[in-house]
Amino acid sequence: MSDARTAQRPVPEIEPALAPFFAAARERRLVVQRCAGCGALRFPPREICSGCLATAATWVPVSGRGEVFSYNVMHQVYHPGFASEVPYAVVVVKLTEGPKMVSNLVDCPPREIRIGMPVEVTFEELSPEVTLPKFRRAL
Amino acid sequence: MRPLLRSRTSTARRGMLYRGTLYLPKYDGARATSAAVRLRPADRGFVNFARKNASFYVRAVRGGSPGWRLTPAPPSLTRKRMNLKGKLAIAGLGVTAQGKVYDRSHVGFAVEAVRLALADAGLEREDLDGLLLNPGLAWGTAAMGSFMLQQALGLRNLRLSAAMNLGGATAGAMVQQAALAIAAGMCTTVACVFSDRPLKPPEEQRGRGEGSGSAASYAFARGLDAAYGQFGINAMYAMVARRHMHVYGTTQDHLGAVAVAQRRWANMNAAAQFHDRPLTLAEYHASRWVVEPFHVLDCCLVSNGGIAVIVTSAERARSLRRPPVYLWGMGQGHPGGEPAETLTSGAVLAGATALRMAGVEPRDVDVCELYDCYTFTVLVTLEDYGFCAKGESGPFVAAGHTAPGGSLPVNTGGGQLSSSYMWGMTPLAEAVLQARGEAGDRQVARRDVVLVSGNGGLLSTHSTLVLSPLPS
Repeated sequence: MSDARTAQRPVPEIEPALAPFFAAARERRLVVQRCAGCGALRFPPREICSGCLATAATWVPVSGRGEVFSYNVMHQVYHPGFASEVPYAVVVVKLTEGPKMVSNLVDCPPREIRIGMPVEVTFEELSPEVTLPKFRRAL
Repeated sequence: MRPLLRSRTSTARRGMLYRGTLYLPKYDGARATSAAVRLRPADRGFVNFARKNASFYVRAVRGGSPGWRLTPAPPSLTRKRMNLKGKLAIAGLGVTAQGKVYDRSHVGFAVEAVRLALADAGLEREDLDGLLLNPGLAWGTAAMGSFMLQQALGLRNLRLSAAMNLGGATAGAMVQQAALAIAAGMCTTVACVFSDRPLKPPEEQRGRGEGSGSAASYAFARGLDAAYGQFGINAMYAMVARRHMHVYGTTQDHLGAVAVAQRRWANMNAAAQFHDRPLTLAEYHASRWVVEPFHVLDCCLVSNGGIAVIVTSAERARSLRRPPVYLWGMGQGHPGGEPAETLTSGAVLAGATALRMAGVEPRDVDVCELYDCYTFTVLVTLEDYGFCAKGESGPFVAAGHTAPGGSLPVNTGGGQLSSSYMWGMTPLAEAVLQARGEAGDRQVARRDVVLVSGNGGLLSTHSTLVLSPLPS
């Protein structure tokens, strides 16, 4: 049984579908998928566009700006890596360009989170391979 | 009130009141109600104008000012339908021990539930020629679960068999599938069963640390979600509930009112896991958080056990031991898209379909057994069936309408929040008891029209049954 004080938060495996996302994040850029058929932006990535069923897609940079669409505050510990962090908030950010992302807000206590709050992307390096986009309050 | 549209192509005047139910592909602001609806400039989609038992479907297209062009729906929706109302019935109910019971496997609970349901109906195993299974988590990815169960039950020569999984909507969907197969002459008598055993006995949990309790069963997460700490279905529903609070002003008190109302029902149900535990709103607020805005008392129980029902023709059901519970209406609705955007469930579509078949309106419903994975699910379901306006479910429940003595009894056995969690089978089982008048201390006075809902995924799938002790 791992010690809650030293346990690491889970580092996501870089599955092929998300490789371009993590490659961009390492360079501190936020990218989403863009359908080559209808131009719709989407995240998380899909193999085939659910809007027009086109198979081709590219990854394009987005502004990294958006607003809090919804949030929750996790109290229950499901992974030892979060034992010292509860209660912590998980947010859904709606990017200015449209797609939504599950994420965390840094430097913002759960009590101060409001739906509609403007946010901007920031990056947290978890390992040499994995940098995780997160968000912070935008002024 | 304007007369109903008569011609195949008609014009509905904007702003004019029409009687019927309005369904829109984009649900924002749409009223799922059989009361009068008012077409607004932004409305588009299917409009169902029901009169007596007849239905008239039209597609509303935004046309030139000032009117609306209404064109007929595809012929498949307007063709005269086979009327199955009252032709099929639930003839037996089997409920095993529920909750922290460990003496059987998931297969064992399923066998036990079917045995009890057959005994209840006064039927033998040989009478069964159909078997539908909703495999709970413990069934894992076992292929062909209904065949596995057939072998465990020693059943021969089935004419219908399937494992079905629409999450919490499966219970109703199994009854519907059974009804359709029986009406089509494929088979005569079908057992529909759910079982699960997600809870491990305390001695097996020891040494596993965090996440070995009941919550762990539903805490699946991987990849990015896990990296951000977003674990399980609780966290996902919490996001949608928070949106509902933001958009409609639903409060923590409103969520708590659902928990308290259902606990009052559970206190009258000796079989409920929380039967002996009264609950006040203050105690609800003081209960531990799981994931805000959900306290532990906003979340359903996690239970071991099994439940089965026997579906057969109304004619056969009348010759059996128990009073038949007639199937008046049935429907499904699977909206797709993002529930956090629409804040709407499949109850809009499923309810309209089932109520139309039953020939009743929401105001005719005497008692509701609504799928309650969370307090929030009850709220959104009440809205989507049209028992109250969109966004007004919180005040509706807080006013006491759904509690004992209220105008619309809801989840009269305590539901999955306070009695037991058998996916959609808990509401279905309670509906059967209420319709038969066998619900003891908690029996409602009026039980002619009993509505049962099932909801699966994240407001992803939905089934509706309208049941009655009366054949028509």
